[in-house]
Amino acid sequence: MSAIGPYPGHFPWLTVVTFAPLAGAVIMLFVPRSRVPLLKWLALAVTLVTFGLSIGMLAAYNAERSGQVLHLVDHATWSSTLHLQYFLGVDGISLFLVLLTTFLLPIAVLASWRIEAGAKAYLASFLVLETTVVGCFVALDLLLFFVFFEALLVPTYLIIAGWGGDRRAYAAIKFFIFTMGGSAFLLAAIIFLYVKSGSVTGTPTFNWLDLSNLPLSVSTARWLFLGFFVAFAVKVPLVPLSTWQPDAYEQAPTAGTLVLAALLAKIGAYGMIRFCLSMFPQATVWFRTTALVLAVIAIIYGAIVAFAQTDMKRLIAYSSLSHMGFIVLGIFALSVQSESGSVLYMVNHGLSTGALFLLTGMLWDRIGTNDLRRMGGLAARVPVLAGVFLFMALASMGLPGLNNFVSEFLVLLGTFVVGSPWAVAAVTALVLSAIYLLTAYRRAFHGVPAIAGGAGAPSAEGNGHGGAAPAAGALRDLRGIEYAVLVPLIAAVLFLGVYPKPVLSKIEPATNVVAGCFSGAMPTPSRLAGTEVACIGGYYSGAIALPRSSGSP
Amino acid sequence: MTGALLAAGAPIPHPPLTFEPVAPELILVGVALALMLLDALSPRTPKRTHAWIAFAGVVAAIVESALLWNWHGQKVVLGGMVAADRYAVFLRFVILGIALLAVPLAQHYLERTGEWRGEFFPLLLFAVTGMTLIVAAADLILVFLALEILSLSLYLLTGFSLRRLRSVEGAMKYFLLGAFSSAFFLYGVAMAYGAAGTTNLAGIGHALTGGGSAAAGGTTTFAFLAIGLLAAGFGFKVALVPFHMWAPDAYQGAPTPVTAFMSAATKVAAFGAFIRVFTVALGPLGSDWRPLLAVLAGVSIVAGSVLAIAQTNVKRMLAYSSVAHAGFILIGLAAGNAAGRQAALFYLASYGAMILGAFAVVMFVSGRGERAQDLADYRGLAIRHPMLGGALALFLLSLAGIPLTAGFISKLAVFSAAFQAGEGWLVILGVVASVVGAFFYLRLVILMYMQERESEAVAAARTRAPVAAVAVAVPALATVLFGVFPQLLFGMLQSAASIRF
Repeated sequence: MSAIGPYPGHFPWLTVVTFAPLAGAVIMLFVPRSRVPLLKWLALAVTLVTFGLSIGMLAAYNAERSGQVLHLVDHATWSSTLHLQYFLGVDGISLFLVLLTTFLLPIAVLASWRIEAGAKAYLASFLVLETTVVGCFVALDLLLFFVFFEALLVPTYLIIAGWGGDRRAYAAIKFFIFTMGGSAFLLAAIIFLYVKSGSVTGTPTFNWLDLSNLPLSVSTARWLFLGFFVAFAVKVPLVPLSTWQPDAYEQAPTAGTLVLAALLAKIGAYGMIRFCLSMFPQATVWFRTTALVLAVIAIIYGAIVAFAQTDMKRLIAYSSLSHMGFIVLGIFALSVQSESGSVLYMVNHGLSTGALFLLTGMLWDRIGTNDLRRMGGLAARVPVLAGVFLFMALASMGLPGLNNFVSEFLVLLGTFVVGSPWAVAAVTALVLSAIYLLTAYRRAFHGVPAIAGGAGAPSAEGNGHGGAAPAAGALRDLRGIEYAVLVPLIAAVLFLGVYPKPVLSKIEPATNVVAGCFSGAMPTPSRLAGTEVACIGGYYSGAIALPRSSGSP
Repeated sequence: MTGALLAAGAPIPHPPLTFEPVAPELILVGVALALMLLDALSPRTPKRTHAWIAFAGVVAAIVESALLWNWHGQKVVLGGMVAADRYAVFLRFVILGIALLAVPLAQHYLERTGEWRGEFFPLLLFAVTGMTLIVAAADLILVFLALEILSLSLYLLTGFSLRRLRSVEGAMKYFLLGAFSSAFFLYGVAMAYGAAGTTNLAGIGHALTGGGSAAAGGTTTFAFLAIGLLAAGFGFKVALVPFHMWAPDAYQGAPTPVTAFMSAATKVAAFGAFIRVFTVALGPLGSDWRPLLAVLAGVSIVAGSVLAIAQTNVKRMLAYSSVAHAGFILIGLAAGNAAGRQAALFYLASYGAMILGAFAVVMFVSGRGERAQDLADYRGLAIRHPMLGGALALFLLSLAGIPLTAGFISKLAVFSAAFQAGEGWLVILGVVASVVGAFFYLRLVILMYMQERESEAVAAARTRAPVAAVAVAVPALATVLFGVFPQLLFGMLQSAASIRF
């Protein structure tokens, strides 16, 4: 019953975009370790080429016929004995996450321009990481997805463990164990589905479309849903499973934090939409209230704890926790607007929070600390940096006209339609984020200067009380390469804030399909009577005109 | 009747002697004997010549095995003693492949430590003979004989470093516990004979099938005793909990190339026989032994993973991890289906590659003698020696079951077989234990990528020897290749996993 028929031949954009960075990493192996500048330029070139290829992918996506939901499918047999498939495809949900990834990776390379020790392994890790992240977003065979999902731990782990802060070994292993612990249940659930599909149809498969149509008993579907949900909740992370997050975000090098917060967290949220909602719609409805409660807890807990932080990086890490809770809220509100808003929010959060982490790293380069108590009055010394920080903080707290506003508005709208208490709880996130971000901004950039210190030369002694210190410290403002890092981000934030329509118009067809499973304000599984879960899979495979009956509108 | 025929002067009746299916073993024994004679008669022969001869012998055995892949003769030859099926050929390939890499590794080690003695390679070849014979044995008597051949050789090889106390100690423990296990096994053979009236595997299977309804209660009791005793005997050899006590000491004490060889090849050989005996002979009682083996597998996985955390010596850590992996492989047998056997064979081949490569790296790091085997001695290895450290990291990640390595596909295959058999709890246990396992494997990886305070051992480790390249690179290549293109191996396994008898 394979849903994969013959696809019209087209250029394998997804395969190329996915594996171009890996090819770059292989080329990099042959460059001597000592030639650091060459390695950096090579890494930058590879990531830029990948970005260019992803633009080509976007063009090809637009060119495919409009009625179609799943685009640019690449399909091949991977192992015939195990029935593994190489199955890639994008829709509106994953398209912009791929673009976000390819957009942020050149920025991550630029943000690492100061790294000298072990630059080869470091940059190669980033390239491998790009392949695995893009792979997660485009893989539609569950095992292939899991392969990317698990494989990305290794480069991330190396980046944290090799080039992180003082407690990096602890943070790295905590990160690895938590995420691997979560994905252990995902693996068990995937293998169960595989065996189950074998017993139902005679041919076991990991194909997501086929598995979405697999009839499952209610209790089985719930257990499987939980297996998937836990893995993704660790990645997002949601509160009881989030304790690895502040440590990892704080200890990772700046570009590592960028990738962790902007991309890896999104894989968790993406997985929830793609797999939890679409494969187990009934179980989703069953779990919905719990998920919403968890999301609200994450929103409020993250915001309150962020407020209590004295370390800038940890503060943004907790704010990220809060915002990701908002995204999960949108996902489990199960309405069209909230789904679209969440997907858009994933992109926006990647841009603005990523930028905040980058700015924190730039600040660290100048004053050698992330400690808010040792900052103060920096606006006078690095005015442009302070301005950009304020801009990104405002974007992050959802100022109208900047990117996050649109997506927050959509999520709230969608949540209101479903139930106002949830929306009210979510609104607190907006208020709280304004409080902690503006407070952090005030403590760092306004007020009495707390420490002196020249560029890159932090002073360990507390000489902050000497009145003469601040005037002496000549900090350099943003440099050329830092502009190269920040200007694209600022442009993207402005663009998505002012004119999100081209993006939303591509997201909506896909989120319509997802939300179409759940009708009404309080979704009842009306179209899901009995054990029938042929909701997404039927629609998608029907939409790509495969020879099979489709029960979807 | 026989007596009457003899009295009449007639020729002694014997089954047709078809020697092709045991040609690899004959070659190995011949080369081993030749090496012993060479050492005795011409002591001045360069040491490397011995290694080259042994190497050539293994290559010849591989070629001979390859010819057997398309064997069209009788399924069982030499009076029902030896099976000529692809199952045996596949496992021979794995064992001989491991031996092929172990020979140069051992030669390098023995020259470096000055422990070279003429009996090493004959002993190694005898061990290999026992291993390749046991996977083809179709009669419990031959299984036992092959088991003894390989065990006795391995006891001696374990204690080969006479001047090192640990080596002798490890050999002693291995020998004493191994002797017990042989006794268990032999007792199991007796019980099986009691139940079925034959020691032929197919015969036992036939008798147990037919006897299911007709046999007296006593027969069933004998059969159950046979299951328990044979499982204990094999459990010793593959190091399942609670029969694993010898493994850490033997692994730590043995010269590292011996550890590399025995950890990889013994597991393949013993599991090969384990699977054949339980599938062919005891298959009819599958519903009785499957729960037993499932519990043994679960206990081994948990105990091996947990005990490995506490280890500070790399060889001991890998020894405990091998206990856990024995449990994972056993899941394939405990599932009791064809998919499970196929998965177990895939697992054995991948595990052989990973563990051989890992111990090869350990050998190069530990320098002259068996020092520098603490976890701390690996600090900075991957920075100073990127290829060596990177390879060890790859093996460890594969042992941990990270995707794109052979270890992941292996676990995937055994887990899906277990689900098919309805043993979902083993899968949950397995995935949780994999997380525990990831912790201790990664602890070593993280040390290797530490940039500051490089250990003295790492600074002193030499990697220029060309054998290093081969004995590390080939397993590394196999680990990646089987992980990315599992069909390469599964293609072979589709015909190899069906046991003919």
